[in-house]
Amino acid sequence: MSDATAPLLAVSDLETHFPIRRGLLRRVVGQVRAVDGISFTIQRGRTLGLVGESGCGKTTAGRSILRLVEPTAGSVRFAGREVRAERPAALRSLRRRMQIVFQDPYGSLNPRMTVRALLEEGLLVHRMGDGRERLRRMTAALERTGMPAGTLARYPHEFSGGQRQRIAIARALVLEPEFLVLDEPISALDVSIQAQVVNLLVELRRELGLTYLFVSHDLSVVEYISDDVAVMYLGRLVETAPATDLYARPLHPYTHALFSAVPSVEAERRRRRIILPGDVPSPARPPAGCRFHPRCPLAEAVCREVDPPATTIGGHRVHCHVAARELAAGDAAAASQRIASLLTAAGGDRGEASKIVATAATSPHSPPGSGKATP
Amino acid sequence: MIHHLVRRLGLGVVTLLLISFLVYGLIRSIPGTPLTVVVSQTDPSRRLNPADLERMKAAYGLDKPWYQAYFIWLTNVAQGDLGRSISRKAPVTELISKRVGPTLALSTGSLLLTWLLSIPLGIYAAARSGRGDERAVSLVLYMLYSVPTFVAALALQVTFSLWAEGTPWELPLFGMTSGGPHAGTAAWLADVGRHAILPLICQTYVSLAWYTRFINTNLQEVLRQDYIRTARAKGAGTIRVMVHHAFRNTLIPLVTLLGLSLPALLGGSVIIEQIFSWPGMGRLFFESLRERDYPTIMGLTLLFSLLTLAGQLLADLLYAWVDPRVSME
Repeated sequence: MSDATAPLLAVSDLETHFPIRRGLLRRVVGQVRAVDGISFTIQRGRTLGLVGESGCGKTTAGRSILRLVEPTAGSVRFAGREVRAERPAALRSLRRRMQIVFQDPYGSLNPRMTVRALLEEGLLVHRMGDGRERLRRMTAALERTGMPAGTLARYPHEFSGGQRQRIAIARALVLEPEFLVLDEPISALDVSIQAQVVNLLVELRRELGLTYLFVSHDLSVVEYISDDVAVMYLGRLVETAPATDLYARPLHPYTHALFSAVPSVEAERRRRRIILPGDVPSPARPPAGCRFHPRCPLAEAVCREVDPPATTIGGHRVHCHVAARELAAGDAAAASQRIASLLTAAGGDRGEASKIVATAATSPHSPPGSGKATP
Repeated sequence: MIHHLVRRLGLGVVTLLLISFLVYGLIRSIPGTPLTVVVSQTDPSRRLNPADLERMKAAYGLDKPWYQAYFIWLTNVAQGDLGRSISRKAPVTELISKRVGPTLALSTGSLLLTWLLSIPLGIYAAARSGRGDERAVSLVLYMLYSVPTFVAALALQVTFSLWAEGTPWELPLFGMTSGGPHAGTAAWLADVGRHAILPLICQTYVSLAWYTRFINTNLQEVLRQDYIRTARAKGAGTIRVMVHHAFRNTLIPLVTLLGLSLPALLGGSVIIEQIFSWPGMGRLFFESLRERDYPTIMGLTLLFSLLTLAGQLLADLLYAWVDPRVSME
């Protein structure tokens, strides 16, 4: 394959649009631009956290990479192979290497199958080992996730949510994948169970050298588990950076707003809450120029017309006219500070007047599956 | 498990008693009796004189009030005697047992045909949902569904008996056989088969449309579930996903349908048996009602009620087999 420095996964300009059909003849009258041109890479063994509010397209992005929904444009390169170009048989063999864990462990395990049947199916499809070997692999995968071997004979409904999610993880691991899409794997679980599952995921990554795409709206968990973080808004990535960098020096106004919405007990981390006016526009008719401009307290004339290109400083990439100008004037830390104070100033006279408390979404207690844009 | 069965059976007996009591009361309230209805239909001059009428009434037990007569009937049934048909002058058990075969042949044939066709059709429609071919199939099925049975029956009769007369496509208009001696069982079977084609089509097309639609919508619902995505993520192919994962999860509502269709299996279709002169139980029921033949009506009612209850019990047991979350404990 390619050299060691090549990323395991390279996504470029990925687009997934869903047609809107109307009328008797079911003519296509528009497109929901769930994912509208996103690019990122993940190095082997690293974790990219993909954050954004409900409906921003992060789940669709994860599914598009595995072609569980068919992307409409762009490229997904996994281990040097173009996923979008693979024929069905080759795609299936590639799927062994890239697995997914879904948000809702109640929905993602077929209720009519025993845990054994659930785990064994993938092994059978990919012809991995004889009966004894398969049993060994299944027991090993369950053991890794902290489930006893007796689990095999039972049905998913006999387990709690946390246990089910462990089974779902074991289900993915049994195929010995290199890459896992974790689609909000903990947001349907009780808070007390969430930490256990996150720790399990961290442990598995270390032991098995796994690469993760961790999709979540929970900013603190993303900070904990991710090496890099990408912030998504309305089908686009607005900011991508190493986790420490992003959390210390956010540049995009939307990222600032997201962080300000996270409740914190530490006084020093407590920030003025940035209240964004209005609602997220429909992904069927995204605004011209910068996607975020109708809600951005710092929006200028240029934001309404020109789609901001990427500005890169170190590993930190941001799509914002204001941030680009600030970065031209000084370093990232100064720019982040300056944008924060601009936002606070703007929020003073706009935020209170606005009746709509449309904060940036990330309530960690929003019910599971709320507002899922499932195609 | 045993507890559940015993409770269900106990409830079943109570239900049976209630049904038979109500039906007996109802049919005895229809104007006319087996004696007057038949005679008045023929000739006023042959009307029975009042003394004879009273004598016959007493002979058939029609002189007693209906609730008394019901208990007499019930006592006989408890001893395994369903009584004698008044208009046909034969034991009810004998009458019914002669009619079971033809109805069963038609209904099981229709049911098998429906399942054999609707399951693949439903799966196909769900897999091709929204595409041109699926929409064409669904439209045709919708149209079939809205055609009344008697219209379809007449259209079939006109097409295959009148227009096709003299061609190899000609099919018999009615009856179960063409009569006359048959050269062996094979020839008899072939004759019955030819006669069964039109009634079979008639009895199948509506349920075919209905079942296909049912399977299609249920499958589409299941296909939206996350575990279908899980299956695809595992690398399972389309056919495996559709049959192994999706279809098996639609079996639960299908079992309910099966339980409900069991009485229809023996009840047959009154209309179709009438149109095609098929000598089944549906026709017997219709004729007995017209003749106010109380013992036969009651015998058939009892049989159909029993089957309905048995169907429900069967569905209950099948649930446990189909859905691991259901337990009989």
